[in-house]
Amino acid sequence: MMGPSAYLILSGILFAIGAIGVVARKNALIILMSVELMLNGVNVAFVAVGSYMGDPTGGIFAFMVMTVAAAEAAVGLSILIAIYRLKETIDITELSVLKW
Amino acid sequence: MEQLTALIIQKVPALAVAPWAVTLLLIGIVAFIILQFAMVFAGFGTYLERKIAADIQGRIGPNRVGPIGLLQFLADGIKLILKEDIIPTAADNHLFRMAPYLIFTGSFAAFVVVPFGFSLIAADLNIGIYYVMAVTSLVSIGVLLAGWASNNKWSMLGGMRAAAQIVSYEIPVGMALIPAVLIAGSLSTQDIIRSQGGLLGIFGWNLFHNPFSFFSFFLYMVAALAETNRTPFDIPEAESELVSGYNTEYSGIRFGFFFMAEYADVFVVSALATACFLGGWQIPFFNAASLPPVWANLLSLGVFMAKALALVCVIIWIRWTLPRLRVDQLMRMSWKYMVPLTFFNFLGVSLWVLVFKGKGIPQMIASIFG
Amino acid sequence: MEPILFTLFGAIAVGGALLVVTRKNPMSAALSLIMSLFAVAALFVLRQAHFLAAIQVIVYAGAVVVLFIFVIMLINVPENRLPIEKPTVYRLLGVVAAGLLMIEGGLASRNFSAPATAVGEVGSVEAVGHALFTDYLFAFEVTSVLLLAAVVGATVLAKKKI
Repeated sequence: MMGPSAYLILSGILFAIGAIGVVARKNALIILMSVELMLNGVNVAFVAVGSYMGDPTGGIFAFMVMTVAAAEAAVGLSILIAIYRLKETIDITELSVLKW
Repeated sequence: MEQLTALIIQKVPALAVAPWAVTLLLIGIVAFIILQFAMVFAGFGTYLERKIAADIQGRIGPNRVGPIGLLQFLADGIKLILKEDIIPTAADNHLFRMAPYLIFTGSFAAFVVVPFGFSLIAADLNIGIYYVMAVTSLVSIGVLLAGWASNNKWSMLGGMRAAAQIVSYEIPVGMALIPAVLIAGSLSTQDIIRSQGGLLGIFGWNLFHNPFSFFSFFLYMVAALAETNRTPFDIPEAESELVSGYNTEYSGIRFGFFFMAEYADVFVVSALATACFLGGWQIPFFNAASLPPVWANLLSLGVFMAKALALVCVIIWIRWTLPRLRVDQLMRMSWKYMVPLTFFNFLGVSLWVLVFKGKGIPQMIASIFG
Repeated sequence: MEPILFTLFGAIAVGGALLVVTRKNPMSAALSLIMSLFAVAALFVLRQAHFLAAIQVIVYAGAVVVLFIFVIMLINVPENRLPIEKPTVYRLLGVVAAGLLMIEGGLASRNFSAPATAVGEVGSVEAVGHALFTDYLFAFEVTSVLLLAAVVGATVLAKKKI
C-alpha cells in the first residue's frame, strides 16, 4: 500500500515541468501544451488525494479541470490561428504590439 | 480475471508462489486469442466483402485459392507481408512508422469489452461502453498522423477529413448508445445484455423496448458507419478524388495494418450494436444461466456471432449499393441532423424510463395478458 | 503491485512531459503530450478512478490533442520559421524558479498523510455521477455555460468573416 505523498510529488513534478515549458519556450503551441501539462499535474493530485480520503470531491474537481482544459485549448488555439493569420508567426516574443 | 487466477491456483497449488505471474500469463493468453481473432476476422472480412461485392456486381469473385476461394485471404496476407515496405523520402520517418500501430491499437483495444458470450469477455469493465469510445479516439490521432507524416497532399486531405469526421460522429455514436445504458442502468456491456433477457424472446431486446430505442438503433448504425469511415461515408478514402486518402503512401504490412484496423472496427461496431440493441448473446426463450457453463458459453457465443456477422453483412451490402456523400453534406448531416436527433432520442428515452419505471412496451403488453 | 506500476507510469508521464517542453517540432511535442496524458490516465486507473481515466482519454486524446494536431497541420509553420530558442538569462532564471517550485512542492507534500478511511470506488461512474448531480449540480450547470462561451468564442476568433 502506497501513501498519497508519492502521487503528490509526481503531480508537483508534472506541474513544474509544465511551468518550465510556459516560461522557457517561445513557440506558442508548445506553451499551450505546457499549460495542459500543468492542469494535468493538478488533476493527479486531486484524484489521488480524493481516492485516499474516500471522497468523490477530488474526482469532481478533476472533472471540472478537464472541462476547463478543453475550453482553454479551444479558445487558445483559435486565438493562435487568428494571430498567425495576422502576423504569420507563432513566436510569442514577436507579438509585442501592446508594448510601447 | 482474478477469479480465474484463484481457480487455477486452487487446481495447481504449486503456482501460489507467484499469483501475479499467473494473472500476467492469463492476460497474455487472452490478448493473444483476441488478436488472432481480429486478424482472422480481417481476412475473413475481406473474403466476405469481395464475395458479396462480386454477387452484387454480377461477378464470381475470388475462386482460385482453396475451395470457393476461401483461402484467398491467406494468399493476400502473405502477399502483403512479402511486399517491400516503402517509406517515402519526404515522409516524417518516425511518425510514418508509428501511425498504423496507433490506429490498430485503437481499434483492437475495443475488443476488451466485447461480450462474446455468457462469460466470455476479456474484462467486464464497469465503464464498458465509455471505454470503447475512449480507446477508439486513438484512431483519429493515428489517422491524422498517417496523413501528416506521408507528406502528400492527398494523404493530408484524407487525414484531415477522416479526423474531422471521426470527431464529429463520435457525439451521435455516444448519444445513440445511451438508450441501452439508461434502460440497463449500467455502462457494462454484460449488464446491458443481461437486462435484455427474460422469457419474451426477441421482444426483450432493447430494439423493441420503446419507440426511441428502436429509432436509436438505426441512428447508431448510420453514425457508426461514418465513424469507421465506411461507404457511404468513406470520404477520407474517396478513391475518385483522393487516390486512397491517408493510406496512399503506405505499402506492405503497414497497409495491412490499416486493413486489419478497418475490419476490426467493423466488427466492434456490429458487436456493440448487437450487445446494446439486439440482445447480445441472449439465447431466445432460454435462460443461459440455467444451462451447464460449457453449453451456455458455446450457445451464447454462437448466437452472438450470428447476430454480429449478420450486421457485418448489412454493412458490406450498404458499401456496395450506396454512392458516396460529399464532404460538406457529411458534416451537415452530423451537426444539423444526427446530433439533434440523438439528443431528442436521449430525452425521449430518459422520460420513458422515468415515467414507465424502465418497462418496455412488450413487457407492458405481456403484463396485460397476464 | 501498485508501487511497480506507479513507478512505470509515473516515469512515462514525466518523460513525456519532459519531451513536450524540449522538442522543437510541435508535432513531436503533441505526441509526447499524448504519451504523458495516457500515463496519467493509467495512474487514475491505479487509483480506482476508472471513469475519470476514460474521461481523460476521451477529452485529451479524442479532443484536445486532436485539436492541437489540427492546428499544427493547419498553420503548418515551416521548420526554418519556428521560433529560435536561445537560452537567455531570464529564461534560465525561469527554469530555476520552476525547479525551486518543484522542490518546494516535494518538501511540502513529503509527509502528507490522509486519514485512513475505507477506500471505495471513488472515481467510479456511480460515485462521480452521484456527487455531480447532487452536491455539485450548480457547478455542473455552470460548466455548460462555460463550454458554450468557449464554442462561441472559438468560432468568432477563428472565422475569417462572420
